[in-house]
Amino acid sequence: MRSERNSISTRCARWMIAGEWRAHPGRAIVAAIAIAIGVALGFAVHLINASALNEFARAVRTVNGDSDLQIHSVTPFGFDEALYPKLARLSGIAGASPAVELSAGTSEDDETRITLLGLDGLRAGFVTPNLIGRRVEIGAPESEDALDESSLFLSQAALDETRKNIGDTITLSAAGHEVAFTIVGTLPGVAEGQSIGAIDIAAAQWRFGQLGRLQRIDLKLAGGADAENIRANIIAVLPADAEIVSQESAARRSDSLSRAYRVNLDMLALMALLSGAFLVYSAQSLSVARRRSQFALLRVLGVQRRALLAQVLAEGAVVGGIGAGLGLVLGLALASAALSFLGGDLGGGYFEGTRPQLIFAPVAAAVFLVLGLLAALFGSLLPAREAARAQPAVVLKNEGDVIDPSAVPAVWTAPILLALGGGAALVPAVGDLPVFGYLSIALMLAGGVAAMPLLARLLLAPLQRFAFAAASIDLALKRLWGAPSQAAIALCGIVASTSLMVAMAVMIASFRISVDEWMVQVLPSDLYLHVEGDSSGGLDVELQKKLAAVPGIAMIDFRKNVPLRLSPDQPPIAVMARTVDFNDAAGGLPLIGQSLPVPEGAVPVWLSEPGQWLYGYRPGDFLELPIGRETAGETTRVFVAGIWRDYARQQGSIVIGNEDYTKASGDVLRTDAAVDLAPGARPRDVIDAMRAELPPLLAARLTVAEPQELRALAMQIFDRSFAVTYLLEAIAILVGLSGVAATFSAQTLARTKEFGMLRHVGVLRRQIVAMLAAEGALLGTIGVVAGLALGLAISQVLINVVNPQSFHWTMETRLPYGLFATVTIVLIAAAAGTALFAGRRALSGDAVRAVREDW
Amino acid sequence: MHGPIIPVAPLLSVSALKKAVPGGRVLFGDLDLTLKPGEFVAITGESGVGKSTLLNLIAGLDVADAGSIAIDGVALDSLSDDARTLLRRDRIGFVFQAFHILPHLTLAQNVALPLVLQRGSSSDAMARATQLLDSVGLAGRGPDYPKALSGGELQRVAIARALVHRPALILADEPTGNLDPETAARILDLFAKQVRVSGAAALLVTHSSVAAAVADRTMKLTREGLAEIHAV
Repeated sequence: MRSERNSISTRCARWMIAGEWRAHPGRAIVAAIAIAIGVALGFAVHLINASALNEFARAVRTVNGDSDLQIHSVTPFGFDEALYPKLARLSGIAGASPAVELSAGTSEDDETRITLLGLDGLRAGFVTPNLIGRRVEIGAPESEDALDESSLFLSQAALDETRKNIGDTITLSAAGHEVAFTIVGTLPGVAEGQSIGAIDIAAAQWRFGQLGRLQRIDLKLAGGADAENIRANIIAVLPADAEIVSQESAARRSDSLSRAYRVNLDMLALMALLSGAFLVYSAQSLSVARRRSQFALLRVLGVQRRALLAQVLAEGAVVGGIGAGLGLVLGLALASAALSFLGGDLGGGYFEGTRPQLIFAPVAAAVFLVLGLLAALFGSLLPAREAARAQPAVVLKNEGDVIDPSAVPAVWTAPILLALGGGAALVPAVGDLPVFGYLSIALMLAGGVAAMPLLARLLLAPLQRFAFAAASIDLALKRLWGAPSQAAIALCGIVASTSLMVAMAVMIASFRISVDEWMVQVLPSDLYLHVEGDSSGGLDVELQKKLAAVPGIAMIDFRKNVPLRLSPDQPPIAVMARTVDFNDAAGGLPLIGQSLPVPEGAVPVWLSEPGQWLYGYRPGDFLELPIGRETAGETTRVFVAGIWRDYARQQGSIVIGNEDYTKASGDVLRTDAAVDLAPGARPRDVIDAMRAELPPLLAARLTVAEPQELRALAMQIFDRSFAVTYLLEAIAILVGLSGVAATFSAQTLARTKEFGMLRHVGVLRRQIVAMLAAEGALLGTIGVVAGLALGLAISQVLINVVNPQSFHWTMETRLPYGLFATVTIVLIAAAAGTALFAGRRALSGDAVRAVREDW
Repeated sequence: MHGPIIPVAPLLSVSALKKAVPGGRVLFGDLDLTLKPGEFVAITGESGVGKSTLLNLIAGLDVADAGSIAIDGVALDSLSDDARTLLRRDRIGFVFQAFHILPHLTLAQNVALPLVLQRGSSSDAMARATQLLDSVGLAGRGPDYPKALSGGELQRVAIARALVHRPALILADEPTGNLDPETAARILDLFAKQVRVSGAAALLVTHSSVAAAVADRTMKLTREGLAEIHAV
């Protein structure tokens, strides 16, 4: 009996849903498309990032070979090779292969860089066989061969990039040395797309100035060995300038730098889905409002409340399911197109130059399908409750009139949600991600939307007491004031999209201006020199003297940037040696707070903001820097004198005085320089004169830029990295605005009887149109006022919570007033225009007839 | 059969009116009707015969296929849409079957709406609306919103709204169609009384012969045209 009753209800629901969609197919389609766009964007961004990350990880795996564990040098200078026999003798180690690993440029082409590995052929053959070269003799059978001093094996990608063939000679520059090699074969075990070269380890050490040094040792563990035990044994013999790296920690390292960026992009894409949920909410609310008498009738006929709830939720689920399914297909196509046309980098620069294969992620697909469904269900929940709550007797008697201006809108929901949002912003990051920051934004959005009925009423109260001479404005005001919940349905789309747009705009403007001002601070000199991609080499003392003597140079400060691995899970931090003026706080660094007085005899360093966040050191702390090159394996104890603002290195940086660096590391080579020109000196002449002092191959790798060029370039990179952000934001706003348009249009169509009556009593057609335009403009104004306020609040969460927790840097809030003005005008005009358009449509039919119910 | 000729210019004069529905079916082909100032006429007829269409034609909301309608000697077809709207605003009052009281306005505001449209003084409009509400038995209810009102009360508001701007002609389309017989009888009495007090002419369209009985004369609309069935 019970199941029979239920089946009647189900059939009834099916009829009702089908009837509704037949009558208004456009609304269901628009809602499904909105969900599809949200799912497609989220899924596409995820697939592109996942494909790029996969490619990145593949590259790391390829260079690392098939070893079980690796010992890595923490600096490019390597560690003492005496570690190798110690490790090889440890029990549980089946094989150990020592390796020199250098980043090499080719003399012919500055852009091409190859990971150059110096290997012991016999040992590598056992531990990392995929890195073993295959000799190709012209006219002779292929053979695997031991390496000799001038032989170089190149992977296919390296051959392609250098445009060389087997048998050609190539000059490679690395660690400040240039060496010619003959290409004798290929590296068939290296994955496609990876630029790798392999030479003999002795040749690498001898000819690139790495005698006695290794950058890594690849280890193969004995079968059944206790990995934890071996790891402990290794750590016991490990010097400070070396660390253990496993496949997992290498993956974590490549993941950690881009993770915050990827998650932020995912979140932004999900904003489009959230806008889609609002659109579903608008569509469902209006559909439910229009069908109140239908629902009342069904209740009278014996349909249970929960069956009505289920019916509206089922409508939402079908819309969500169709939208999400469509979104997955669209997202896959979008990701595939983006990867083949634009590559794997979405502007952040983390995966620049990669051309990854699209990988399909079934788990992510399922997650986005569920998210799409949830968005549609979330959008349908309140309307469904509204449908189920309807009191049949009242609804049928009042013929569906539900507007009651004497009802006071809910007061507490909004402040509670906003307060919860504010509270969530104070919770620290989870797993280095601003999970609660995002939750805070979602709660604030919900609170802002919930505040709309009350806000609309409060803002309109002073106006509606006024009797306006123009009947159209008077009627518009009274309607909006009297029906704030209806106004709120239209407003939620405007408020959600405006506030997100404002928040993003404030954050980006604050960031952009902060970066620009920071560039002015950190680039006070006239010229900046940089020797491309060779942190283990650079300008020696002789060359530095020659450059300093170039006419027109008033002062030259030679600098060195060296990557230093302080943690196996993190990308290397940048050690930046430069002249530090102790009389001027920290030598012109943009400090956050004060620089502490340096204790007697201590070596001061200044840690960047991201460095502080990632490694947890505070001003006044001492830390051990493993930068001792000559004093093998020893560390230098340094004092954190202060924290400086650095927007250029997300992985963190440590500034150390030039002399302190040289003393600690023994490294006198410099890769960078800041030049102050003498009065009257022309930059062009000085640059030419400096180039003339350098050997030709080094001169070819030298780039010289004026600060304004560097600033322009930095701003260009900044804008490019936010291009996808702008695009995703624009799409979210378009979806939001189409929700507003759909709402206006549906609300206007539902009011044809009102317009018919007004026409009967002598209201001119243009007065009704003017009334609707006034309503639209008023709604737009309220939406913009609320959106601006909410957007400013959300921007503070982005600036003070999401950004520091994701990228580990802070910034000052800057307000883009021009943009606010534009947004205000455009949104109010758009709202009025949409209302006008919808009104014309509503009046174009025979509105007059609508007053007769039984026509 | 026509009423006696009196030497007063007719308020409403309809002659040889023809109207067909979009499918081509002719509702009426040769309809004549004259209404003197202050005269109360009821028109009955079966559903679908075109009673409401006739009202809309007279109100200038619909356009006839042939024939002419003149109010105070002014032919409607010589007027633009705006001019017809203004004529309605000043000279015609409406009462609908479904009341059509705006839910977001108070009762007084609903009643004052026609005066507000005429751009009269706001305080005068509200005073007059209050007076009209008093006269339809809703004294003191002006600041209330329509939500809590019964159907009978809503129609009282509608009657007040139809009379507030002292129109010369009141068009009522099944004003008691949505009410129970007792309420309907009371509302009809009120309507007739108020119309007579105001001195306006009224055209009442209804199914109900009981309703029609309150009029000075009753006519029946058929496809052949209007025929007088009763005169007081």
